[in-house]
Amino acid sequence: MSTPTPHRLQITAAFADPALLDLPWHVPLEQWPQEVLAALPRGISRHIVRFAKLSGGVVAIKEIGESVAYREYELLRQLRKLDVPSVEPLGVITGRLSPEGEPLEACLLTRHLQFSLPYRALFSQSLQADTTTRLIDALAVLLVRLHLVGFYWGDVSLSNTLFRRDAETFAAFLVDAETGDLHERLSDGQRSYDLEVARVNIIGELMDLQAGHYLSEDVDAVEIGGAIVVRYLELWRALTERESFDYGERWRVQARIDRLNDLGFDVGELDITTDIGGTTVRIQPKVVDAGHHARRLMRLTGLDVTEGQARRLLNDLDEYRAATDRQMEDEAFVAHDWLTEVFEPAVRKVPRELRRKLEPAQIFHELLDHRWFLSQQQNRDVPMGETVKSYVRTVLPDRPDEQAILGIRPEDLRDTDTDTLPTVPRERVEDDLDGDMLIG
Amino acid sequence: MATVTFDQATRLYPGSERPAVDALNLHVGDGEFLVLVGPSGCGKSTSLRMLAGLEDVNAGRILIGDRDVTDVQPKDRDIAMVFQNYALYPHMTVADNMGFALKIAGTPKAEIRTRVEEAAKILDLTQYLDRKPKALSGGQRQRVAMGRAIVRQPQVFLMDEPLSNLDAKLRVQTRTQIASLQRRLGVTTVYVTHDQTEALTMGDRIAVLKDGLLQQVGTPRDMYDTPANVFVAGFIGSPAMNIGTFPVQNGVATLGNASINVPRDAISALGNEDGGKITIGFRPESLDVVPAGSPDSIPVVVNIVEELGSDAFVYGSLARGAVTSGVHVQSGAGDEQVIVRVDPRQVPGKGETINVRIRAGESHLFHAGSGERIAV
Repeated sequence: MSTPTPHRLQITAAFADPALLDLPWHVPLEQWPQEVLAALPRGISRHIVRFAKLSGGVVAIKEIGESVAYREYELLRQLRKLDVPSVEPLGVITGRLSPEGEPLEACLLTRHLQFSLPYRALFSQSLQADTTTRLIDALAVLLVRLHLVGFYWGDVSLSNTLFRRDAETFAAFLVDAETGDLHERLSDGQRSYDLEVARVNIIGELMDLQAGHYLSEDVDAVEIGGAIVVRYLELWRALTERESFDYGERWRVQARIDRLNDLGFDVGELDITTDIGGTTVRIQPKVVDAGHHARRLMRLTGLDVTEGQARRLLNDLDEYRAATDRQMEDEAFVAHDWLTEVFEPAVRKVPRELRRKLEPAQIFHELLDHRWFLSQQQNRDVPMGETVKSYVRTVLPDRPDEQAILGIRPEDLRDTDTDTLPTVPRERVEDDLDGDMLIG
Repeated sequence: MATVTFDQATRLYPGSERPAVDALNLHVGDGEFLVLVGPSGCGKSTSLRMLAGLEDVNAGRILIGDRDVTDVQPKDRDIAMVFQNYALYPHMTVADNMGFALKIAGTPKAEIRTRVEEAAKILDLTQYLDRKPKALSGGQRQRVAMGRAIVRQPQVFLMDEPLSNLDAKLRVQTRTQIASLQRRLGVTTVYVTHDQTEALTMGDRIAVLKDGLLQQVGTPRDMYDTPANVFVAGFIGSPAMNIGTFPVQNGVATLGNASINVPRDAISALGNEDGGKITIGFRPESLDVVPAGSPDSIPVVVNIVEELGSDAFVYGSLARGAVTSGVHVQSGAGDEQVIVRVDPRQVPGKGETINVRIRAGESHLFHAGSGERIAV
């Protein structure tokens, strides 16, 4: 047996990491040795997909035709430029040869999304109705955001999506853009086809979990699939609908903007027209950008978090401002103090070994919940310091590590059939928040 | 079952001046396998997506059967996009994998089973129906995915370059499978590819598009024997047709000291816009090697010989004496190149000059101006 000929290997990568060369590219992905693989659950894919350890992180590797690999790599790069939640493409490997000189398929590399949860880990026997709603809402938000930037997905499914906790909701990320296309603007036909594909795929994926006894037969898969259509249409309408009113009701312009902000969107451009007589005003949002709260928090504190988390943190910032009686002060100064006096000390008090459980912003969100819970119980305002102690002692240790969902042995990964599903215990039900479920 | 009709169907993207699909008129017969083929950007995929309902139709109409579907949502068109998604569900049986879309639609269980069994029979999957996809080979899994589309019994199958992701060997296999399956099912199918070999081998009829315009539609034989213009002539056939433009003098096409006889009718069909020239197409397989000095022969210098066992092809250029101003030749090998199929048992040497003559009745004559075929 001759040695592989690595000089033919071609790596196109955004961040060239020399460690890439150490991976066994001359071996078909299906036969990669356990020691390079990371034990992460995979979704349903028509391609061979594996997770490998690389320079302290984890990369997802997909074997796929060369032209398709380059195409998807470019698409994912464009989606990131457009600020759509999607996985980060790392590179394309081509020119792979086996030691016998047989050409092997090209590989697309993406960075594994930390703290992300595949749907198969979330939908389990103990699935709660509200978890389902939140996941479907998150996917609806993602689909609307993709459609707003002109991306036609072609294969919307739970398998092609990853979920991350986002305060009391979830944020969805696109993981597979293989069938997608970027357009100037999508036709209604493209949007409705995507939505129908989403509906059918979601139902199929849930029925599959039922067939594998991971999900109770009582769950109505068809109804859950139908929910994506309802939520998508509601959000699309809210974001794009034309609205007419009397000239005297001009306050409705601001009301519309406020409503969109509440939904988590900024209005980049608003079309305002009046009829010839000037008695009727028509408005229609032309450019809306998701991430209203995330952007505001980023501007004030530099924290880069998801929309739901940002909303929660901003609420706490507002409370802090009121409690310290600093409403008249520049918001940026107050935010700085909140960050150094409230947020950072609280998150830092979590022992290092427990930090893999949840993202810092998600931990802070849970701390706020826990503080509310303790305060209710003890009928007094429990300070943050005490809250953290109680949370670290009573709540966090029981949570699974979500930085990279583990739980299955690498040998199981050789099988296309993931018989062992890692499950994530259902999150505590929070009913103290009235956040809009549409926001991911 | 249904026919498909594009009636002056036009797609103009906002901000662009030239339509991506320009007044397409095309009728696909009931049960027919029609292939849309052309180079990238020709409008073939856009045409398919217009039929699927994914692209707006800015002018004209699209009909499935007698029904005008121009403004109908994709899911209500009763079409199936095949191979768009063939990830199989690991915990479901093959039967459930094929039938789940019917279950969603609320089809009665007994009917689902009947339809799944029928499809399985056609796809040679009967004995696997109660197994999990894990137990199947790659090819069988692909057929299960195909079965998903079949059990829905759509009026039309749409396929957009379904083989582009497969390696060369599997592509040829799957090509044959799809074509024979389509004939057994008899479902009207519109298939898009950029590969003319795929088009020739699969389609009942082929529609060639270029720059959003339909160039010609016909059977593979029509396209090969009577290409409607220079573009189709050069696009269909492998290796591609040799196409030369020559000055016409004294009723013959001249190339330096050589000449090619042209029918009188063709000469009289030439007009001012042809500038005294004629375009002649001749396939590599329409040439005979003849002794030097034979009438109507073209001298070709051999650059390279490609021997394929059953065939041999000479890649050559016109001999110096044949290259004069106004003469321009192109082929699948490039500009000023000529490809000649020769007897694999009598292969000329590199650098040698051979004389070739177009077999009687096998030349294709086109207007040098418009590129349109001259009917003779």
